[in-house]
Amino acid sequence: MNRYPLWKYLLIIVVLVVGAIYALPNIYGDDPALQISANRNVEVNELLRDRVVTALEQQQLAYMAYEFMPGSLLVRFADTDVQLRAYDVLRQTLGDDYVVALNLAPATPDWLRQFNASPMYLGLDLRGGVHFLMEIDMDAAIGQAIQRYVGDVRTELRDKRIRYLTINAVDGQVEVRFRDQEEFNKALDAVRREYNELELSQREENGTYILNASINAATQQEIRRFAVRQNITTLRKRVNELGVAEPVIQQQGDERIVVQLPGVQDTARAKDVIGATATLEYRMVDEENSVRDALAGRVPMGSRIYRERNGEPILLLNRVIVTGDQVVDASAGIDQQSGGPMVSVTLDSQGARIMGDNTRENIGKRMAVVFIETRTETRMVDGEPMRETRRSEEVISVAVIRGHFSKRFQTTGLDSMAEATNLALLLRAGALAAPMEIVEERTIGPSLGAENIEAGLRSVVIGFLLVLAFMAIWYRGFGLVANFVLAINLVIIVAVLSMLQATLTLPGIAGIVLTVGMAVDANVLIFERIREELRVGNTPQAAIKEGYSKAFSTIADANITTLIAAVILFIFGTGPIKGFAITLAIGIATSMFTAIMVSRAIINLIVGGRRVTKLSI
Amino acid sequence: MQLFKEDTNINFLAMRKPALLLSALLIIVAIFSLATRGLNLGIDFTGGTLIEVGYQKSAEINEIRGVLEQNGFAEAVVQNFGTSRDVLIRIAPRDGENSAAVSNRVLEILRGQDPQVDLRRVEFVGPQVGEELTNDGGLAMIYALICILIYVALRFEYRFAIGSVAALIHDVIIVLGVFSVLQLNFDLTVLAAILAVIGYSLNDTIVVFDRIRENFRKIRKGSPAEVVNISLNHTLSRTMITSLTTLLVLIALFYFGGELIHGFATALLLGVLIGTYSSIYVASAAALALGISKEDLMPVEKEGADQTDQMP
Repeated sequence: MNRYPLWKYLLIIVVLVVGAIYALPNIYGDDPALQISANRNVEVNELLRDRVVTALEQQQLAYMAYEFMPGSLLVRFADTDVQLRAYDVLRQTLGDDYVVALNLAPATPDWLRQFNASPMYLGLDLRGGVHFLMEIDMDAAIGQAIQRYVGDVRTELRDKRIRYLTINAVDGQVEVRFRDQEEFNKALDAVRREYNELELSQREENGTYILNASINAATQQEIRRFAVRQNITTLRKRVNELGVAEPVIQQQGDERIVVQLPGVQDTARAKDVIGATATLEYRMVDEENSVRDALAGRVPMGSRIYRERNGEPILLLNRVIVTGDQVVDASAGIDQQSGGPMVSVTLDSQGARIMGDNTRENIGKRMAVVFIETRTETRMVDGEPMRETRRSEEVISVAVIRGHFSKRFQTTGLDSMAEATNLALLLRAGALAAPMEIVEERTIGPSLGAENIEAGLRSVVIGFLLVLAFMAIWYRGFGLVANFVLAINLVIIVAVLSMLQATLTLPGIAGIVLTVGMAVDANVLIFERIREELRVGNTPQAAIKEGYSKAFSTIADANITTLIAAVILFIFGTGPIKGFAITLAIGIATSMFTAIMVSRAIINLIVGGRRVTKLSI
Repeated sequence: MQLFKEDTNINFLAMRKPALLLSALLIIVAIFSLATRGLNLGIDFTGGTLIEVGYQKSAEINEIRGVLEQNGFAEAVVQNFGTSRDVLIRIAPRDGENSAAVSNRVLEILRGQDPQVDLRRVEFVGPQVGEELTNDGGLAMIYALICILIYVALRFEYRFAIGSVAALIHDVIIVLGVFSVLQLNFDLTVLAAILAVIGYSLNDTIVVFDRIRENFRKIRKGSPAEVVNISLNHTLSRTMITSLTTLLVLIALFYFGGELIHGFATALLLGVLIGTYSSIYVASAAALALGISKEDLMPVEKEGADQTDQMP
């Protein structure tokens, strides 16, 4: 009686070995490291490695090891002091072509890495860093699209020589007014034929015929999706410029993006780089009217006053030639002819065509780049959140068109190389599809992160020891079995968390602690049953058998209901709560396995099939 | 070692009425406090900015308050957090300005006063997010209760389901009530703890119900009240031991887990104590009051079984 078939023992051994292998990387800790990745047009190869090694050796900075990762080179150091010095050296040596980021690399030995085993992924509350939740202003995204349609429809009507009174964007719709029905009908046909994504409606008001066009639901959805995608791309590029190892940039819900930057301490700079929305407009300078007249209040039709960086006023034409979202690429460099800093710009085909037409007619005239920065903030007004967008415009360069160009051209006359680099960076990052704002921030300083790990570990260890002591005193021999099983349970939880690469947070650790307390419940239920069976006069062997089988359904019911609570926590919870739910759910599953199957296996191994008169319970 | 004598027979249900009175009293106090004082909601729910900074030596709270006041943060709440060197600053969302930039400005001001200030933690929650977190939290609680109600009703009987959910609501209201009366900070982790309390208390209740069902089927004689009482006695030692081990780890978490997890540990400690009490007095008493009886819990007999007996 009370013997397990061989396959059950084998299964348990396999689970234990696999669990041990995947839990093991967690005890090795991390090495301070630098992660070097390519910024653009350069490769991570042996050449880079040689440059890095030479630079470090020149400064007599000892490194422990280097290794090639996908798309980057990782250099490990013995301590953070050397790491920080090497950071400065390498940033100077490698310049703008490479991004050098501080990182902590797991010191997992090679034999474990062959199993693809790596330590648990620590959440920001344990390793320090910044978490931002960005929200995209979708009303603005739709508004921008409507503005584009206003322009398109205007062009269409002009091409078809259909006479209209006015065309405007009103309440998220294109509104065109006509004097007579005939023109209205022609316009209706033309717009319907050209733009089947617009929903048209008509009405008559005081003798004018009004055509309203709104974007249909499917297209609006597409605009929203595109806005999120484009913003994610832009954020990625900007985060790269910050030099962060292992950043997380993910969509959350329909209109939000999570940005997590482990190890970043200068949150002010991170916010500036991430939060600002920069776009550009190329406009022609109004050469026919004088700025002085405009300043005196006689602003000519079709022009507007802008300010240059030094505060000088300049008059620009209202017509925008090319906008930032038509800029495909931009990079800073040295102009071969003048030797000054320059930015080389590439446009997309639509932008190239417009730019080509424009430059052909305007050689010798001046063209300006307006840098527009937008920050969105939500203010509380009378208890209601109100969204407000601040827009600042500044002319960052004015240059004479030297010749006919379209797709590729250079902007020179910039103040410094730093400014050229900055302009190129913002051009490259591209214009955002829609403004974003930070709606949630959680920053944990590195010292607090370290304290959190320590406190979390300490509470797990102390809680664990208290339970072990209690169980050993209470159930003696069987208590030791329960303790052994509890230790295995802990190892398996850590192994599963490591395998899933789930993020371990402080509430996650709390979940593990709670699991330790509750995991013994299954054993308590079983042992109490066994005691009862012994009391009614059953033999020890029968008592064990009955105890396990009677307790099983109770354990299953109790755990499934707790699992329901954990799953709901996971679905509705955000960030830290999700971490708690994950560890709780994993803990429930593993404790079922260890407390029922593994403990039975051990007890069977000890007392199974033998004549036993007394149990140590 | 054993906690109770083998033939323990405590007449729990004789205490039903006083227990009911106690529960009713606690719930009334809790609801009254929740209605009048409300919860001391953290910025997770209200929105706003929270900044934790560390100083080299004991921080001068009044000086910090003064310098913040001079710079336009008169309403900032400044207090020590954990040790005398750590300072927590809370700034409510305000009319006119509320953005992620507030924390940067506060930090600049503090660095101007003492350049050695160490930034430990910043939390900023925009008003729209705070509102969502509140709604999601409430929804999670309601969905958890409904799912549990359905599971227990399917697995046991609807009277048990009502009994267990009554016990859960009882536990949640009392824990919330304690947080309200003592004005303890209620943040996301405390909400998670309360949902964990639901899980834990339920676990306890299910174990008792499982035994009640078993005993109804096994014990031929005895009124429902007697059977319930016997079942409570059977599970008593398990209930106590599991509560004890869970309390042990929670005490470890409370004392050693650090400041950030304090509220979480407090809520769970309270919840485990109340959950243990409610699985005995609220859940079982409610099921009994709803008229649970032997017939309700007999295994369903197969329909064809009677007919074969009548065959000659």
